Amino acid sequence: MPLDFSEGLEGLDHNFLTGRIEDLVQWSRSHSVWPATFGLACCAIEMMAAGGAHYDLSRFGMEVFRASPRQADLMIVAGRVSQKMAPVLRQIYDQMMEPKWVISMGVCASTGGMFNNYAIVQGVDQVVPVDVYAPGCPPGPETLMHAINTLQGLIDTGDITRRRKATGAGAQVTVSQRDGQTAGDAPVALSSGRR
Amino acid sequence: MADEPASQGDAPTDTDIADPPTEPTPETVHGHPVTRSRGQKVVHVPREELRTVVAALRDEGWLMCLDVTAVDYLLSDDDARGLPDGFEPERFEVVVVLMSHTERARLRLRVQVPDDAPVVPSLFEVHPGTEAMEREVYDMFGISFDGHPDLTRILMPEDWDGHPLRKDYGVGRIPVQFKEAPGPR
Amino acid sequence: MTPTSTRAHPDHVDTDEGDQEMTDRSVAGGVEVLRELGSVLRMSEAEAADLGVDEQSEELTTIINMGPQHPSTHGVLRLMLELDGETVLRTKPIIGYLHTGMEKTGETLTYLQGPTNTTRMDYASPLFSELVFSLATEELLGIEVPERATWIRMLITEVNRIASHLLFQATNGMDLGAVSMMIYGWREREETLRFMERVTGLRMNHNYIRPGGVAADLHDGWQADLEHLITSIPPRLDEYEVLLNNQPIFRERLQGVGVITAEEAIALGATGPILRSTGYAWDLRRDMPYLAYDQVDFDVLVGSYGDCYDRFAIRLGEIRESLRICEQLLDTMPRGDFRIQDKKVTPPPRARIDESMEALIHHFKIFTEGFKVPEGEVYVAVESPRGELGCYLVSDGSSKPYRMHIRGPSFVNLQVLPHMMRGGLLADGVAVISSVDPIMGEVDR
Repeated sequence: MPLDFSEGLEGLDHNFLTGRIEDLVQWSRSHSVWPATFGLACCAIEMMAAGGAHYDLSRFGMEVFRASPRQADLMIVAGRVSQKMAPVLRQIYDQMMEPKWVISMGVCASTGGMFNNYAIVQGVDQVVPVDVYAPGCPPGPETLMHAINTLQGLIDTGDITRRRKATGAGAQVTVSQRDGQTAGDAPVALSSGRR
Repeated sequence: MADEPASQGDAPTDTDIADPPTEPTPETVHGHPVTRSRGQKVVHVPREELRTVVAALRDEGWLMCLDVTAVDYLLSDDDARGLPDGFEPERFEVVVVLMSHTERARLRLRVQVPDDAPVVPSLFEVHPGTEAMEREVYDMFGISFDGHPDLTRILMPEDWDGHPLRKDYGVGRIPVQFKEAPGPR
Repeated sequence: MTPTSTRAHPDHVDTDEGDQEMTDRSVAGGVEVLRELGSVLRMSEAEAADLGVDEQSEELTTIINMGPQHPSTHGVLRLMLELDGETVLRTKPIIGYLHTGMEKTGETLTYLQGPTNTTRMDYASPLFSELVFSLATEELLGIEVPERATWIRMLITEVNRIASHLLFQATNGMDLGAVSMMIYGWREREETLRFMERVTGLRMNHNYIRPGGVAADLHDGWQADLEHLITSIPPRLDEYEVLLNNQPIFRERLQGVGVITAEEAIALGATGPILRSTGYAWDLRRDMPYLAYDQVDFDVLVGSYGDCYDRFAIRLGEIRESLRICEQLLDTMPRGDFRIQDKKVTPPPRARIDESMEALIHHFKIFTEGFKVPEGEVYVAVESPRGELGCYLVSDGSSKPYRMHIRGPSFVNLQVLPHMMRGGLLADGVAVISSVDPIMGEVDR
């Protein structure tokens, strides 16, 4: 049966999805974030656990951890940043292409954690702009996923890219810890991430 | 309990020939005095003789050097250290832990190192595994090792100033709400 | 002194060459061998940065940098490699990218807070670091921990050993390209982490083993959980063996790669699976038993060739041995206190604080000022999954350690890396790093 063009686009709405380009781009960006491997210390173990089969980050689109910063969008700073590592961190961040985001995973990356001394940079936001802070020592995979979902929500609504162009700073959102939810039989509370 | 220093033997009196001697003979390893610390054997060695003693011990079966570390006794009382006679307590002490697999035992060597000339002979020729450990002691305390092939900083950046584990080097705390930075310890 | 290498021959004259005397290549001969090999690249980082800027080098070797941000370097390890084409000549491991000043921090924390600090050194097997610190503190205090606490410590550290070796299997597989091994290893590890979460409250960095005992008793139903571990993990280990052990590519990549001899390993101070893979049977649990290891039955696994395959097989077998120990602990766990009843050391149970003034004061003093430890110095070591983990503790009579030094096995084991990588390909270097299994937290502290 030939297509009916007499009513213009109205007759074809079941065959097309329409939207603004900006929305589509943000939707695809938020759900295909590729993290750079920046596991430093204990939080790296929990980050790997989040990528494992039990917690499974790939259902959020980020199964592929790219080793090369040029191919990555997200830097999850997982672990304590020492004085020797700080220039390396900045170099990796600079090598990433825009748009790029930073999740500071764990208290050591967020504020220096329990190591308030000469050797640790007191918060990775002294070196790079941070978008989401995930607390915990280490934050369990659920907290990391909560942080990632929050970030995805921010990307989806376009908040982050806009803010970054305006001030150059990160979104600086702190999420709450969500660990231990799978220890019992209660269903896990998911966050939509949308603000 | 503080360490008990090895005591000198007393000469037996004339009338009590049948009594056993009351003081134990002093324990030595290769001529250097031994003390006990919580039951663990500790040998005190003068600085210059460290390499010869460790080499001699290695030939006797103390094949593995487990650890080379140091302590800065700047803020501690001198007489709490349990050193035997003839050993002046100095600011630094280099501690070497050796292991004998055949005897299933460990041996600890303590070497006094003065503040004005903190140099100790390197154990690299005897135990190559001390290379990284001596670099760490140099980095953290500023004690140099004579004969080490590559004495550079290992943990801190190469251009770092100061030796962090010394007692006159602060922890480097930044002030945090509700918790003032502690004084030097 | 007669030379040790005299050969009985009628024409032989007994001479002594002094320092140049050639000694037997006995077990103590590692020093000469290492010197001959010349595998360590001794060049400072500043020099390496200036290389190749001006001169046209006549040599055909290049010096490249691997890490510190690299998917295969197991954390923040940086390697300066001198390459001749694809062949590795000399190597210099550069560490310090995770230096946290933990030994300095340890001097500002009380003995009760000490395990929170040391636990973050070896973050794949944190309970061992807590254990060694607690054992050293108890040695200085001169107290004896109740039997049940000792056995609980043994149980939970063996479960931690399983978790750490599973992590090794996962990362080793992934480094070699068997990416599904990463998923399988983590699947098993989640089971052990779930058990540890039930017992200690946390998945990692538990702060469970404290001076005086452990923080809390085993939970009700721990036998069922442990039984689940003991029955569910061995079939999965069989799966790994089917998947990996006889797989030709896996064997090609690991057998004969990263070979080290017993003399070299001993000369370098390497302990743990690296030393055992050379055929030298040394395990602190059996040879210098601590906790209650002399009362349980287990085997010490030893390799024959000192290559990466041996280390992989040893760690896989050690998981089974740890499960064997756990099975023995199922029935023989003694009853009693899980921490020493000395009021000066152990905080009182929370309920007692409402009832007794004395309990409140003890609680206050222990948690603010901390308990005082008599003067002295002591070195205690345990067998961690990586080797001999030691703690040298010096006390000056106050409530904080005067000097706390942790002898990290990975720090010393890393020194075998140049000798293992020499002459191999760059791709083999990845297999070698993975089989040394360094944890940078305890390397840098």
